[in-house]
Amino acid sequence: MAYLLKGVSILGAAPTDLHISDGVISAEPAGQDAEVIDASGLVALPGLVDVHTHLREPGREDAETVETGSRAAALGGYTAVCAMANTSPVADTAGVVEQVWRLGREAGLVDVQPIGAVTVGLAGKQMAELGAMASSAAGVRIFSDDGFCVADPKLMRRALEYVKAFDGVIAQHAEEPRLTEGAQMHEGEVSTRLGLTGWPAVAEEAIIARDVLLAEHVGSRLHVCHVSTAGSVEVLRQAKARGVRVTAEVTPHHLLLTDELASGYDPVFKVNPPLRTRKDVEALRQALLDGVIDVVATDHAPHAVQDKECEWSYARPGMLGLETALPIVLSVFGPKWELIADRMSIAPARIAGLDSHGGDLTRAGTPANLTLVDPAARWVVDPAELASRSRNTPYAGHTLPGRIVATFLRGEATVLDGKAVK
Amino acid sequence: MIKHLRSAADLDAETATLILDTAAEMAALSGREVKKLPALRGRTVVNLFYEDSTRTRISFEAAAKRLSADVINFSAKGSSVSKGESLKDTALTLQAMGADAVVIRHSASGAPHRLANWVDGSVVNAGDGTHEHPTQALLDAYTMRSRLGRLDGLKVAIVGDVLHSRVARSNVLLLTTLGAQVTVVGPPTLIPLDVAAALSEKTQVSFDLDAVLPDSDVVMMLRVQTERMQDSYFPSAREYSRRYGLDVPRLHKMPEHAIVMHPGPMNRGMEIAPEVADSPRSTIVEQVANGVSVRMAVLYLLLGGK
Repeated sequence: MAYLLKGVSILGAAPTDLHISDGVISAEPAGQDAEVIDASGLVALPGLVDVHTHLREPGREDAETVETGSRAAALGGYTAVCAMANTSPVADTAGVVEQVWRLGREAGLVDVQPIGAVTVGLAGKQMAELGAMASSAAGVRIFSDDGFCVADPKLMRRALEYVKAFDGVIAQHAEEPRLTEGAQMHEGEVSTRLGLTGWPAVAEEAIIARDVLLAEHVGSRLHVCHVSTAGSVEVLRQAKARGVRVTAEVTPHHLLLTDELASGYDPVFKVNPPLRTRKDVEALRQALLDGVIDVVATDHAPHAVQDKECEWSYARPGMLGLETALPIVLSVFGPKWELIADRMSIAPARIAGLDSHGGDLTRAGTPANLTLVDPAARWVVDPAELASRSRNTPYAGHTLPGRIVATFLRGEATVLDGKAVK
Repeated sequence: MIKHLRSAADLDAETATLILDTAAEMAALSGREVKKLPALRGRTVVNLFYEDSTRTRISFEAAAKRLSADVINFSAKGSSVSKGESLKDTALTLQAMGADAVVIRHSASGAPHRLANWVDGSVVNAGDGTHEHPTQALLDAYTMRSRLGRLDGLKVAIVGDVLHSRVARSNVLLLTTLGAQVTVVGPPTLIPLDVAAALSEKTQVSFDLDAVLPDSDVVMMLRVQTERMQDSYFPSAREYSRRYGLDVPRLHKMPEHAIVMHPGPMNRGMEIAPEVADSPRSTIVEQVANGVSVRMAVLYLLLGGK
């Protein structure tokens, strides 16, 4: 299928016509067969890339499947997502990562790039067969025990070193487990008032500080998942200034929401790392602008109703993110399209080693992975309307700017007129 | 009148004072031969207890029965709760039975807030996790007012494991609302961060019990669980007791009129010496008696009894 996107604004530039044929951006009109899309007023971005998604399959298909999560991703403007390893069974073998990769291909809505576990069963004891996952059909490059921290410093050092052989990267969930035993929310004024065990900022900062030193020592790449505190930003700023090869992500919810939302004990606001303070939110926004934090990643974490409709302490942590990420980033930063393209597509594609994503849409031959956004549209988040199988969005009832009109994966539409094509 | 009592922060000074005044009227009843009032006849009060707490449950039960309410005791043991029924399903069951009020004790902070989403009746927090225990604070305030004649300007020291204490949180909130000056005292490991910002800007913090005692009208000792030792909050029961236990020499440092309180159950010899617990300055038994009157007042007012 060939497309002509008429009057589209690439990254906010003057309107132009964009031709798509044979899966790539084309300099030439495709001819009479091309489907013409009136794209006036719409902004084209390289397809968004999420380095941190939970698709829950295999194991918790009642919360999400690769297919439903892929649909949510496409509707959110994504063309690639990296699926976290904390499934059941854990994605700690070539077999499981290939299964997830294959399910992604079958769904055919986004590129599903599996992340492999660092340790067997996420148990933090023994290194998983990272090389086997790297050389599997899934071609795993990011390894993470997300949900758990690789807390053992020796094991973390070894993992950082080991993946150098295949240009891998360890994505660390930075949480010193001894400092967060029983933790329910950010440790501070609100946790004291609510009588919920605190998750101190230092539990994240201490691990990031340790890990940047380890990465520096062994000359490896490190990626830090969901940075949530002002102190972490300072640690990263210093490490980057010294030339440490560290990248970092921030979630949309940590760029917007604060711990005050826990006050009603509604577990839809329970997430790990927890929502922090206004001061942290401000520091994270600045860090994303400065490039100290490289990417926005959703940490899309679907949960079944019964895992959220309960007491706060019993609820699972996590929030949906794929379908609201771009609107949240737009609402926080405004139409800074170059920034958005870099932090949500180009940089994450680079970190994940997804060469066909995050390309230059003005160049002929670039793989046609892109999304069209209507920046003028406003919509109200209705959990029941989301494509995810779960409903745990913290934005229910929020009016958000920016609507995804169309998404293209290798030149084929996955979303048209704001609806998934399959 | 407020609908639910989930936190002492639900109470402004006027409402809290109304509850205490009503409790005083209820207390007058207990001297009569027939202790029952018809106020809540035909109304149903459910005691939903996920934690064992015989004293609090009996207190609420006595309060509801003296107001002629029908009382259903729903305890986690031997009910569908122990089979893993969710709080929501239990709430819907109670709702279907027509509960006018649900008194809930739960180990998870905020459980009463969740429950209030699922039942139409009033929710009364009878202790939730490490959050709050507002009727305990009301009965403590009632006891202080009975003994000392006022709350405004009273200097109250709350001593011990403030971090894990729902009694402390509710007392700080309520006493400050009623004009008392509260100082929380304990080892720094057991005083929550940002306690003043979290609860009341007027709250003071001290790590030195001996310095606080001479200027206190009320010294409220909190139960300290010896398990806290395993988690390095303090090195040993002996050291805790030496630094923060209320013994006879410390009792003598308090002003003549000052009283000693404890929400129970006590660790005699740990946070409080037996001689202190049993001294005339101690209000511990009175607190229990006052608990029934205060809970009668709460149920009466929340349910709009006539």
